[in-house]
Amino acid sequence: MTVLSINNISKRFDDLIANDDVSLTLAKGEVLALLGENGAGKSTLMNILFGHYVADSGSISVFGETLPPGDTRAAIARGVGMVHQHFTLADNLSVIDNVMLGTESILRPFASRAAAAERLQALAERFGLQIDQNALVRFLSVGEKQRVEILKALYRGAKILILDEPTSVLTPQEVAQLFATLKQLVAEGLSIVFISHKLDEVLAIAHRIAVLRAGKLVFEGGTKDATKAALARAMIGRDVEALPSVVTSVQPERIDQPVLALESVSAHADDARLKLDGVSLDVRVGEIVAIAGVSGNGQSLLADVVFGVAHVEQGRVLLRGKALPLRARAMIVHGVARIPEDRQHVGSVSDLSVWENAILPRVNDARFSEWGVINSRASRAHASALVKSFDVRLASIEQPIRALSGGNIQKLILGRELSEAPTLIIAAQPTWGLDVGAVSFIHSQLRNATARGTAVLLISEDLDEVFALADRIAVMSKGRLSQARAASEWTMESIGLAMAGEVDARSREHRAA
Amino acid sequence: MNELLSLLVDSSFWVAVLRIATPLIFGTLGVLLCERAGVLNLGIEGIMVAGAFIGWLTVHSGAGLWGGVLAAAFVGGLLGALHALLVVRLPLSQHVAGLGITLFATSLSYFAYRVLFPKVDSPPKIEAFSEMSWLPIPVLAEQTPLTLLAVLLVPAIWYVLYRTPLGLALRAVGESPHAVEAQGIDVVRLRSGPVIAGSALMGVAGSFLTLAAFNSFFFNMVNGRGWICVALVVFASWRPGKALIGALLFAFFDAAQLRLQQAGGGLLPYQLYLMLPYVLSIVALVLVARKAAYPQALMKPYVKGTR
Repeated sequence: MTVLSINNISKRFDDLIANDDVSLTLAKGEVLALLGENGAGKSTLMNILFGHYVADSGSISVFGETLPPGDTRAAIARGVGMVHQHFTLADNLSVIDNVMLGTESILRPFASRAAAAERLQALAERFGLQIDQNALVRFLSVGEKQRVEILKALYRGAKILILDEPTSVLTPQEVAQLFATLKQLVAEGLSIVFISHKLDEVLAIAHRIAVLRAGKLVFEGGTKDATKAALARAMIGRDVEALPSVVTSVQPERIDQPVLALESVSAHADDARLKLDGVSLDVRVGEIVAIAGVSGNGQSLLADVVFGVAHVEQGRVLLRGKALPLRARAMIVHGVARIPEDRQHVGSVSDLSVWENAILPRVNDARFSEWGVINSRASRAHASALVKSFDVRLASIEQPIRALSGGNIQKLILGRELSEAPTLIIAAQPTWGLDVGAVSFIHSQLRNATARGTAVLLISEDLDEVFALADRIAVMSKGRLSQARAASEWTMESIGLAMAGEVDARSREHRAA
Repeated sequence: MNELLSLLVDSSFWVAVLRIATPLIFGTLGVLLCERAGVLNLGIEGIMVAGAFIGWLTVHSGAGLWGGVLAAAFVGGLLGALHALLVVRLPLSQHVAGLGITLFATSLSYFAYRVLFPKVDSPPKIEAFSEMSWLPIPVLAEQTPLTLLAVLLVPAIWYVLYRTPLGLALRAVGESPHAVEAQGIDVVRLRSGPVIAGSALMGVAGSFLTLAAFNSFFFNMVNGRGWICVALVVFASWRPGKALIGALLFAFFDAAQLRLQQAGGGLLPYQLYLMLPYVLSIVALVLVARKAAYPQALMKPYVKGTR
């Protein structure tokens, strides 16, 4: 039985064709995976279904009835529930308040909280989604927030559940738990659209797979008929190049002192809830040390500390054995390259041109300015050289950098930093949200840098990336950092436990033994 | 010290406290409604002037006192609708639009007053609200009905905010408009409503000055009370009960400085006494507001379909 059919949906945003004549169906009790790169149009399609956007043409019907376009309430009323990638929860309200929001007529003079609480409890028990109803949402973990979102949809009587990139913020254990929940939901007769760009997950959970590329439906078929290679080819439109092998012939000169050493560093973020608690770590010449962890456990703060933009309360940060004044200026002068997490707002200045951005961290350098006046010819030449050698696709270096795609901005930032032959690179989420081509380019550039003797501190939430690149891995959880151990000593399971904060107990045992 | 103690047992002192607090209670509740919905309303100072003027003008032209209060609420609501149009629908900078409304409403009121009463030396008086001597409650019996209304509004607004679906939606839209949008509730309407209602309360706050406190309209009569309300909301952590306490506390300091000024004679320059409530408010604000949990989406314009 078909519960949902999407018929010939097209949607344009100015010049960008987000959806181009997409048709899909979903059967009762089925998990349909919607696969595609970032920007392929998956989220747009689902936002049209949910009434956040209005399609230019085409229609959507649910249980045989056509949905009025642009009407979220109608979609909810017909049994469509959506778990957004960025949760739509109000942080300072309780779980039950968030669940009840919008479920009662806004003109009712009173709210039936007791009845609502009872119903929510029953749902939670039935689907094994335990949650403290009166807790404020901001005190919940990411996995718990997702549970609240799923409960919210079920509470509204959802029969069709859309999950937008649900695993991107979860530990491997939480992913396994989510999959168990989804299987139970399907067994109870719900239908699920699972949006993802991760092939393994899709093959593990979906009955059927649809692939979107540049707004077009390019593949549709049962999971049994699909292979990883075929799906990857469908997603990016060509074969994925294997990563160039690491250049191991250039053995960096081994020195005893680490390039970067943190000695029980403690720090607070502006937001007092987040802190670093006695973090120790070292990064040696020519190695990549990765910090894994679920977002919001202090990794960004750690990056800020080493960038010299966050205040250290206790402990020392040593660069080649010397304690430096922790200021961004000093770090740049001493050869620390930074690839910030937020490439649009921290890594670059959106409204400045590409060439201005290319020299920005070193604008006071004698190469680019004299007596406080920018040498624009030398600066433009430098920018042009970077654009060429790092394959940045653009119309002109005079363009404001915001006109570039995320991948091209990141390539420019990477080129800007790597061309200075840094002693240390701190890369925070360097490939977040980029397409496969840009990811493999950035990975190979980072590896090449280590082959030339640069030390890399990689901060990433993407475990595939961590395992692909890192020599040693440490895991961050609630502001504490585990010991860095060789990548081969970690398994998906042990890293997942550490991400969930189980590492404390274990390392204490370790010390006791 | 003795003067201070004798103050506390003097019922006329507490009568003064409650009278001074009344416009602050209305105004603070008004700001609270706006900010809970995520909108800063710096138009309050001007809306209070307009409320004071229109309320007085309506009564002066022959309408009843409650008619004056309603007219003030209506004009306040109208200015609130203008603010909502500017900052919620368009959406412009909340600071600029709010200050603009204050300048506009203040100047327009003064202008209209001058045009309508070009040749008066002393401001024309009206018959103001009388005390509720029928009420068997000591201090409250010496207040006007507007004070009773202000005090009763506190539990009423608390109930709406915390016990109704509307209040839940209102609190949510000030925390995360995306959460509200995802439920298919119109964010623009949900934010505009509280801004209009809150601004109507600000208008009533102004009308208290002309219809209950001073029984005439004159320039600079609002005298920064609106700005005090904006600070009191932070002091109150956006909670109606604490807003009442904050307004009473400020009024306590203000009434105390008036008495101390008289009692202290020429001992200290009177400006020091005048300064007292403001200084103490700043101290209280610093102590309390350091931990203040602002509505997360306060001053963040919401445009549908963006993040």
